[in-house]
Amino acid sequence: MMRDKNDNVVVVCSIENFDPVGVHTGDSITVAPAMTLTDREYQRLRDISIAIIREVGVDTGGCNIQFAIEPDTGRIVVIEMNPRVSRSSALASKATGFAIAKIATKLSLGYTLDEIPNDITKKTPASFEPTLDYVVVKVPRFAFEKFPAADPTLTTTMKSVGEAMAIGRNFTEALQKALRSLEQKGSQLSFDISADIDVPALISAARRPTTERLSQVQQALLGGGTVDELYQATGIDPWYLDQLVLLNEVAETIREAPALTEEMLRLAKRHGFSDEQIGALTHTPEAVVRGVRHALGVRPVYKTVDTCAAEFAAYTPYHYSSYDEEDEVGPHAQPSIIILGSGPNRIGQGIEFDYSCVHASMALRKAGYETVMVNCNPETVSTDYDISTRLYFEPLTLEDVLEVIAAEERTGGVMGVFVQLGGQTPLKLAQELADAGIPILGTSPEAIDLAEHRGAFSRVLDAAGLISPKNGTAVSFEDSKKIADEIGYPVLVRPSYVLGGRGMEIVYDEANLSRYIANATEITEAHPVLIDRFLEDAIEIDVDALYDGTDLYLGGIMEHIEEAGIHSGDSACVLPPITLGADILQRVREATLAIAEGVGVRGLINIQFALASDVLYVLEANPRASRTVPFVSKATGVQLAKAAALIGTGVSIAALRTEHGLLPATGDGGDLPLDAPVSVKEAVLPFSRFRTTDGTVVDSLLGPEMRSTGEVMGIDKYFDTAFAKSQSAANAALPTEGRVFVSVANRDKRSIIMPVKRLVDLGFEILSTGGTADVLRRNGIQSTTVRKIAEGTGEHGEGTVVDLITDGTIDMIINTPTGGQARGDGYEIRAAATSYGLPVITTVPEFGAAVQAIEAMRSYEWSVTSLQEHAANLRVATEARDAAR
Amino acid sequence: MTDSSQPATESAAVLMLEDGRIFRGRSYGAEGTALGEAVFATGMTGYQETITDPSYARQLVVQTAPHIGNTGVNAADAESRRIWVAGYIVRDAARKPSNWRSEQSLDGQLRDQGIVGIQGVDTRAVTRHLRERGAMKAGIFSGPAAAGSDAELLALVAGQESMQGARLAEEVSATSRYVVEPSDNGWEGEPLFTVAALDLGIKSMTPKHFAQRGVRTVVLPASSTFDDVARESPDGVFMSNGPGDPATADPQVALLREVLDARIPFFGICFGNQILGRALGFGTYKLRYGHRGINQPVLDRRTGKVEITSQNHGFAVDAPLDGPTQAPEGRFGRVEVSHVSLNDDVVEGLACLDLPAFSVQYHPEAAAGPHDSAYLFDRFIQLMGDTRSSDQPSSDANDSDTNDSAANDKEAN
Repeated sequence: MMRDKNDNVVVVCSIENFDPVGVHTGDSITVAPAMTLTDREYQRLRDISIAIIREVGVDTGGCNIQFAIEPDTGRIVVIEMNPRVSRSSALASKATGFAIAKIATKLSLGYTLDEIPNDITKKTPASFEPTLDYVVVKVPRFAFEKFPAADPTLTTTMKSVGEAMAIGRNFTEALQKALRSLEQKGSQLSFDISADIDVPALISAARRPTTERLSQVQQALLGGGTVDELYQATGIDPWYLDQLVLLNEVAETIREAPALTEEMLRLAKRHGFSDEQIGALTHTPEAVVRGVRHALGVRPVYKTVDTCAAEFAAYTPYHYSSYDEEDEVGPHAQPSIIILGSGPNRIGQGIEFDYSCVHASMALRKAGYETVMVNCNPETVSTDYDISTRLYFEPLTLEDVLEVIAAEERTGGVMGVFVQLGGQTPLKLAQELADAGIPILGTSPEAIDLAEHRGAFSRVLDAAGLISPKNGTAVSFEDSKKIADEIGYPVLVRPSYVLGGRGMEIVYDEANLSRYIANATEITEAHPVLIDRFLEDAIEIDVDALYDGTDLYLGGIMEHIEEAGIHSGDSACVLPPITLGADILQRVREATLAIAEGVGVRGLINIQFALASDVLYVLEANPRASRTVPFVSKATGVQLAKAAALIGTGVSIAALRTEHGLLPATGDGGDLPLDAPVSVKEAVLPFSRFRTTDGTVVDSLLGPEMRSTGEVMGIDKYFDTAFAKSQSAANAALPTEGRVFVSVANRDKRSIIMPVKRLVDLGFEILSTGGTADVLRRNGIQSTTVRKIAEGTGEHGEGTVVDLITDGTIDMIINTPTGGQARGDGYEIRAAATSYGLPVITTVPEFGAAVQAIEAMRSYEWSVTSLQEHAANLRVATEARDAAR
Repeated sequence: MTDSSQPATESAAVLMLEDGRIFRGRSYGAEGTALGEAVFATGMTGYQETITDPSYARQLVVQTAPHIGNTGVNAADAESRRIWVAGYIVRDAARKPSNWRSEQSLDGQLRDQGIVGIQGVDTRAVTRHLRERGAMKAGIFSGPAAAGSDAELLALVAGQESMQGARLAEEVSATSRYVVEPSDNGWEGEPLFTVAALDLGIKSMTPKHFAQRGVRTVVLPASSTFDDVARESPDGVFMSNGPGDPATADPQVALLREVLDARIPFFGICFGNQILGRALGFGTYKLRYGHRGINQPVLDRRTGKVEITSQNHGFAVDAPLDGPTQAPEGRFGRVEVSHVSLNDDVVEGLACLDLPAFSVQYHPEAAAGPHDSAYLFDRFIQLMGDTRSSDQPSSDANDSDTNDSAANDKEAN
């Protein structure tokens, strides 16, 4: 809801949770508008809301109120109110077209609702309540596979990491679109009746809310469970349950149809069935379903989100597809450039990709192109209706994207599609889009394949005289054992063709290799396991660069603070690199150019290197915008995604340096002056939200599997303060005094002596256990020995280390994992520290950085520089350096 | 009652518009033919209140909200004794109503009352068409009736009477007097006032609002004369909403002029607003596609505050917006447009400055819709109190200043 200074109040949107109370609204499927309320009930909620907003005193701006309604009596309970713009405000804004935050800002400046025009209708004011002639469904995206120890029960603590939203002309269409927007294996409902469906087991399982509940409920109904039984078990409103029955019935009609008839396809499409689902039900390849469907003229139309259910003309082309009658896409004068977004936020593909999409759209529009955005993530800027010339709120599957392209082709033509900006989601569509005859702007699908396909990429490296860690491909344990023996442990194992760290593990011995292969059930000839030599104690280097076929612009070289083996998304990194010499930087530059050239990149490329024993290894190359593009752009004051977009339209780097002014006239981000400010990126990790069934948090140890859900950036003149800033922004701020608990693996004991000594000199008290304490004492460092967990509470009530953490005695934890065995005492220590919000340092390099930062925090006051000043300072420093040369 | 608990077998159905545009769907509710003026309503809740609102008589209502019937129907939420829409156009009709108050499915009730509907049409396309071309004659044909050729159906559609010039209030009105007592609506104590309410298509929530504030409502048929009204010795006269063209409401206009001449406090809603406009000498006109929704912003020009209102009108009063003016019927003194639509500046309320009379074009009784404008009932009670105390300087304690707050306290009970 919104309120202005004249006490005018409007309700922007009602959103109903599919799951009953007990599941966090961020983790529930939600539906707008509310589907199961009469006007009397709805108006009662509205009256209560208005009374609350007045009583609490939200004088201007937005507020969100959550209610619970007892379904048998209508009793209303207020759950909470947020006197601010909330996560659901973003959803409500996308769901209605009413830009809550934008209008709240104007209200806070003193405007009243009736003074602010509705952007979409232009003629009517913002002092009204949006009315929807469509249904919006939001589904959460979870990442429990990244936290195998975590209990997947959904509770009042939010655990989803992202969400997809879909719009349809009815609930079934919106729900199925939303589910396929998730891009997760198994996210689309299955209507397969060939396998036995154990209805009692499903009903029983569905009592406990988990990520699987929707599927359990639908399967139970498919197997003959009744709406009433499932209502009793789950509390999900019978209207929604009946909609799942409807989907099952439509599936039955599809399955029973003698052929792919127009009537059957229209029915299926009206309820959101994808070509893939229809194919599965009719044992027909997806492409054949699509071909028949197109031949029969069964195509979606595109409706408009207009805030007013068509009462007034809309001037904003914010579209969604529906298999309905009338299309509303207007003609456009010039061919459009379509940008495919990155879909729901997930671990490994977050909002960073949206940055690149948005910047590309801005740059292309500025250059005079009409841009079209396709995305399904309501949390993004790209899905604001004023970012691109036209917005299609659609899933990013091949089918949905092809239909958007067809709609654009019908109404004025398509110049091409950008697949390199939204991460893996659009990148993996590149080949199929090209096969459909659609021009791919920037790097070609063939070039993408060169980088993504291991064999092809090895040839590129060979040709360039570059090396990667020894590796092999296995389809069985025997295979993998042979390769591992040849390469030597430890090895990095992962499924093939999935870059970006899914299911990746460092394996230290044969026993663990055997366990990994046994667990990786999806290994087939087509999907083998990749085995790489793992480079211990290597420095990882990340590069983002632009290449136009002639020139290379090195956007930035990032040095990771954690050693290779920690996923680059979870590792802190620093730009410019702080410990790499000029010769290394030159080698990185030459390697980057060679790879960009060899692959045939046009636009952005991201390459990961590892430096071990002064040998530069190439770990992987991603021929697309990377997660670090926003960080590099901000750190170096150069907007790489904008430049990449123009390169995709044929502009050269030379022209970008001159007439476009998007790139500096000379030099690049790999060549920053020595007195340039230092930027540190640090990952934000969600460990405290994920708990095992006994209630303790999951292990906070970092590894090759990425688990961070966000990132922060600290900038300062030197590394130490920049790192300190990043720590206080990301996780727990580093202490400047107090007690530090140190317990490290044997292999790290030698490395910690100097930093621990430094902490003692700074006045910290050191607490330690067993072996670490002994080593410190031998080096003349006194530490207080504390009890290990196994030792239990002492006879005089001395607490164990975990007790000391929970009672607040300890201010920071240094704990590195013991060899290949991550579990043990360390886990409980880290879990307790994570629960209590203490800084936990799990690698030696990070420990060194932290000590530097602590020392800096005690010596200097932090200062503040705006990003604009930072960019200006960089330019001045670069010009001064160039002048001196 | 028929077998309305069972889902109907659906047959083909056609929505034919006067200009020849055809939408095909499936039958909904009763099978047969429904003729009327096609209009769209944009409320996302309150379909039951909508279809039982007599103002929708002889109209084929398009619901822009795609899912209709989800919460079924119940006796309490009906706004009158029957469904009044002539036909009903929806996209996705509910298969299974789900609400603890639901007593019957909407589909079943439509069939019980013989209301012909159509489902599965692109209601947004129909709405856009009506927005661009204006509300128009239309017909829904289902079952055997749908078998006619397009030309035959179009001829049937074109052959019906136009809404312009239609006199419908008498058709929907109660035929005999009845009283709604405050004591039946939670009011404790003696009634404060009596209002004579002319039923031109009154919604049941209106007398309920009066009753909850201690006002006794005597509902009179639309054909009542001034003598019928005077016989009730009312403290105020009310004219309700209702269907049809206000230009045909000559008897009610004449009646209202007598009420104004007698200086009896007057409050009008919707049709009642148009009748006040006409009584004062203003004209009325037909809007292209009307205002039908529960999200309509109205500015109260006296306070500068915005109300989100429930609206359902196809006609409007033609009165000058720029400040108080002399009523064309000079004897009624000065009048001002008190409320305007923020969407399109249509007159949404009139207030007499020299007489105890005011009216609004929208629906403070809501049902369906937000309750922002319920203060107008209090304002009328205030007006009746002020009038009574100026007539009888030292009468009872319930008048003037204390009136408003007393009414509010009771509302909170």
